[in-house]
Amino acid sequence: MHPFAYVAPVTVEEAVAVLDKHGDRARPLAGGTDLLVKTRANVWELDAVVDIKNIPELMTVTVGNDGLSIGAGVPCYQIYENSEVAAGYPCIVDGTDIIGGIQIQSRAALGGNLCNAAPSADGVCPLIVHSAVAHIAGPGGNREVAVEDFCTGPSQTVLKKGELLVSMSMPKPPANFGAAYTRFIPRNEMDIAVAGVAVSLVLDPSGQNFESARIALASVGPVPILATAAGDSLAGKPVNDESIAAAAALARDAASPITDMRGTIEQRRQLIEVLTGRMINKAIERARG
Amino acid sequence: MVATYDAKTDYKVVGTNPIRHDGLDKVTGRAIYGGDVTVPGLIWGDVIRSPHAHARIKSIDTSAAEAMDGVYAVLTHADFPVVDEREIEAGEDIVNLKRDQSNIMADDKVHYKGHVVAAVAAVDRNTAQEAASKIRVEYEVLANVSDVDAAMAENAPIILESLVGDHLGEDVPNTNIARIFRHEFGNLEQAFAKSDLVIERTFSLSMVHQGYIEPHNATVIWAEDGNITVWSSTQGSFGVRAQTAGMIGVPETRVKVNYVEIGGGFGGKTKVYLAPIAALLSRKSGGRPVKLVMDRTSVFEATGPAPGGKIRMKVGVTREGKVTAADTDLIFESGGYPGSAVGAAAMCVFACYNWPASRITGYDVLVNKPKSAAYRAPGSPQASFAIESVVDEICEEMGFDKIQFRLDNAAHEGTRRGDGVQFPRVGLEECLRAARDSDHWNSPLGDAPAGKARGRGIATAYWMNGGGKSTCDLMLQDDGTVMMNEGSADIGGTRVSIAMQAAEVLGIPAEDIRPSIPDTDSIGFTGVTGGSRTTYATGLAAYTAAHLLVDELKDRLANLWETESGKIDFADGVFSSDGQSIGIQELAGKLDPTGGPVTSTASVNPSSAGAAYAAHICDLEVDLATGKTDVIRYTAVQDVGKAVHPQYAEGQIQGGVVQGIGWALNEEYFITDDGAMANRSFLDYRMPTSLDMPMIDTIMIEVPNPLHPYGVRGVGEVPICPPLSAVVQAIHGATGKRYYELPVKPGRILEATNGD
Ligand SMILES: Cc1cc2nc3c(=O)[nH]c(=O)nc-3n(C[C@H](O)[C@H](O)[C@H](O)COP(=O)(O)OP(=O)(O)OC[C@H]3O[C@@H](n4cnc5c(N)ncnc54)[C@H](O)[C@@H]3O)c2cc1C
Repeated sequence: MHPFAYVAPVTVEEAVAVLDKHGDRARPLAGGTDLLVKTRANVWELDAVVDIKNIPELMTVTVGNDGLSIGAGVPCYQIYENSEVAAGYPCIVDGTDIIGGIQIQSRAALGGNLCNAAPSADGVCPLIVHSAVAHIAGPGGNREVAVEDFCTGPSQTVLKKGELLVSMSMPKPPANFGAAYTRFIPRNEMDIAVAGVAVSLVLDPSGQNFESARIALASVGPVPILATAAGDSLAGKPVNDESIAAAAALARDAASPITDMRGTIEQRRQLIEVLTGRMINKAIERARG
Repeated sequence: MVATYDAKTDYKVVGTNPIRHDGLDKVTGRAIYGGDVTVPGLIWGDVIRSPHAHARIKSIDTSAAEAMDGVYAVLTHADFPVVDEREIEAGEDIVNLKRDQSNIMADDKVHYKGHVVAAVAAVDRNTAQEAASKIRVEYEVLANVSDVDAAMAENAPIILESLVGDHLGEDVPNTNIARIFRHEFGNLEQAFAKSDLVIERTFSLSMVHQGYIEPHNATVIWAEDGNITVWSSTQGSFGVRAQTAGMIGVPETRVKVNYVEIGGGFGGKTKVYLAPIAALLSRKSGGRPVKLVMDRTSVFEATGPAPGGKIRMKVGVTREGKVTAADTDLIFESGGYPGSAVGAAAMCVFACYNWPASRITGYDVLVNKPKSAAYRAPGSPQASFAIESVVDEICEEMGFDKIQFRLDNAAHEGTRRGDGVQFPRVGLEECLRAARDSDHWNSPLGDAPAGKARGRGIATAYWMNGGGKSTCDLMLQDDGTVMMNEGSADIGGTRVSIAMQAAEVLGIPAEDIRPSIPDTDSIGFTGVTGGSRTTYATGLAAYTAAHLLVDELKDRLANLWETESGKIDFADGVFSSDGQSIGIQELAGKLDPTGGPVTSTASVNPSSAGAAYAAHICDLEVDLATGKTDVIRYTAVQDVGKAVHPQYAEGQIQGGVVQGIGWALNEEYFITDDGAMANRSFLDYRMPTSLDMPMIDTIMIEVPNPLHPYGVRGVGEVPICPPLSAVVQAIHGATGKRYYELPVKPGRILEATNGD
């Protein structure tokens, strides 16, 4: 492992300045559960590691009438143990409480999960179906990017030189909203998604028809995929097996998986279809309360 | 649950569950493992490994590494002495010194990705790593073979050019098949002809890893006087001594191996990988202590997987439910150098049945993957998977009861194993009857939730267990405590299971024995902890030493009591003669006038051991839409001979079952086209976690081993064997499909069931 400097700024400005100075030879450190592994494996060589956990804005969760905002450095356990998050955003809990085991969850941040930009990331699809926005600070000022546009390839994001993810925010869900995420792994824990599906939907007041839906797919493409056609297909449809199966088939079409050690193309397509059906049903259950 | 057959049962210590002597240190983190070792002046070593599965080394440029500040030494194969092809025993592996030397550091070729090419020693770990990264190696990349079919194909790239294969006694150059051998008896053709059903199937298996949590490590000092001191986590210090000395060309007695605690081995820590490198680095660094520790990737890529391969299996039966004949080709991957577990597989494959005729042909085949090493009952799990799968198919085809069929054909006392060995008293029939009568076998499977299906599988297996050399010293202290030295590395609680056998003889509590495992200079030779031999053989040494101690105490007491030792009785810890009596621990304080301290030592070398049989029942549930399998109930029935420490015997069985289930369901070396292992981390090498396992129930059968005074049989290995087939037959039950390829991972189940 190449020796590096450890920097622990207390403001966003300071952090941005250090990152800007070192370019791609510096990286923000949230929980470090990806960064340390990659650094030790010599995936990259760093001159500086910028610990973001002393910057207050990156370490807070706020839940209110405008929705939910999660600081980029907040560890998973502080998200899923937050009772307001659990009550209003169970899909975010679905994603954060399966990342690694207890030890990992007490360090790993949802922001780290997003910035690591793994196609298999369990935290990202839940953010996408909640229409979350990433808040970015950089040398040129602040900007916002929809989470579904944040990852640009495996380990690649929209972040430019000197930029830092500050938080992810999402609107307060409307009435009759439900969302859920699951992944398929051959074991019961401590595994990387072979395929993952998040679904959010809004039912009409009768609870019998879909008003809108968003479906996002993990591990079946170079980035988490927003399966727009699959989600849109539910709008205005009655809640029944037929419309659910049709949406699941469209989700399957939206997947563009590869065959690797974790699974095959065929298996992953099939899993997407199966999991989409299951998650639509689970989201309906949650929407109906 | 324990069921006993005609064994003595009124033991005081044997059969109880005292806390292990090393337990507190291990749960508090005080215990010193190989990775914890530090000595004054310690420097660090690191290695570079081949990025190619098969390549010729054209040149190695070490100048940039040598020029770096803080670097003490750089090592390549040229620094090793030339050694001959001498073979030495290393537990369940045979080590060929010349080839193992090339395996731990490549000579002119690399045989697998991860093969060590050069090493450095430097002032600290980072400097060593950075120096290693500056070594430049020029390779000529060669075509690689990653399975036995490719390796045996005509015009296959030859991996070990100096190899002359032994093909049924014939010398064959230019081959990847190191050995073909055969065991045959009876008239196979006639026997098959008398069959009403003959089934022939081919099975494929992938390499799997032992998956011990602690990576390999070694710390070595090669001092100016030529004495070499080693600390290394191992299953056998004397094995490390012999292999290290052999590979670096010094007499064994110049090498002293200190015992350190070991974080799992399962057979994979009998071979030596690092100590000879650390030794040569130490000498080149002016006698500084050098430490080397592997990372997980290296453990996967370059240390002991169990062989995968192909097994062809042909079995005949009569309509009446009698086996007629069996014929198998066991084609095992040895890895980058010769020497797989195929020999042991051949001994085990047909050992559960009483065959009128059988033929077993074994192939040891090189592939461009890491050199295989022993893994818990080496060869038997693969063999059991194949034979038990075919037996299951036969039973279903013919409508035979799966347990009755096995009972009707079971091996028992007097049956000959496929390679000719005749069984003494063994406990397979007792295991099968216990399985048949078990609550598990007699409980319905129950209904699966919607979208899921359940199945039940049963399978049996055999492991011969090992004997061999062991030493134990006992030293009686004034307060009645007995200090015990024994030479066996303690992987599974053997300090206590050995101490208990001495305690039983001496009539004192196991807690009053204080066991130590000394360095190789300080205890008589003791073989590796492997082959399920330790509680049996080192226990026998402790039993013998305890009797010698009692004999000596009788002599001393005869002196005190002015009688003859032959007139003194000893029972339950008390000496008595003519109405006088004294407890052994009281006597301990009165020995000074009789000649001072009393000690004893015993070395034993039992040539064989009592075989172990097991029958396992597995219930599981398959999610038919995703192919995910969940084991929901599991019962392991095993003949343990005598459970010296029932909780630890049970723990051995449960651990073996979990590894066997992992082998069946998800574990595999996933090899890409360039010959690399893609899943070289615990995240992607999918061993079961605690959350994947139900409680593993055990039924321990005690059919005493006639070769041991307490009837002890080895227990640690056979439990890994039956799960492969038991699990797969249960998946067959749930899905209606047959599976001939391991692992039966979710994708394979979906492939098999799609279209239904
Ligand atoms: C044993 C184990 C199990 C795991 N299991 C799972 C799992 O089940 N599911 C899953 O999705 N992942 C899993 N992971 C991966 C990892 O834990 C997650 O991706 C985690 O969320 C990463 O968060 P972190 O805070 O540790 O990120 P870090 O490692 O600190 O950072 C990750 C990357 O993001 C960058 N970064 C961090 N913060 C910022 C920021 N504010 N702005 C810009 N860039 C930033 C870092 O520089 C780095 O490149 C596992 C990892 C391990 C070691």
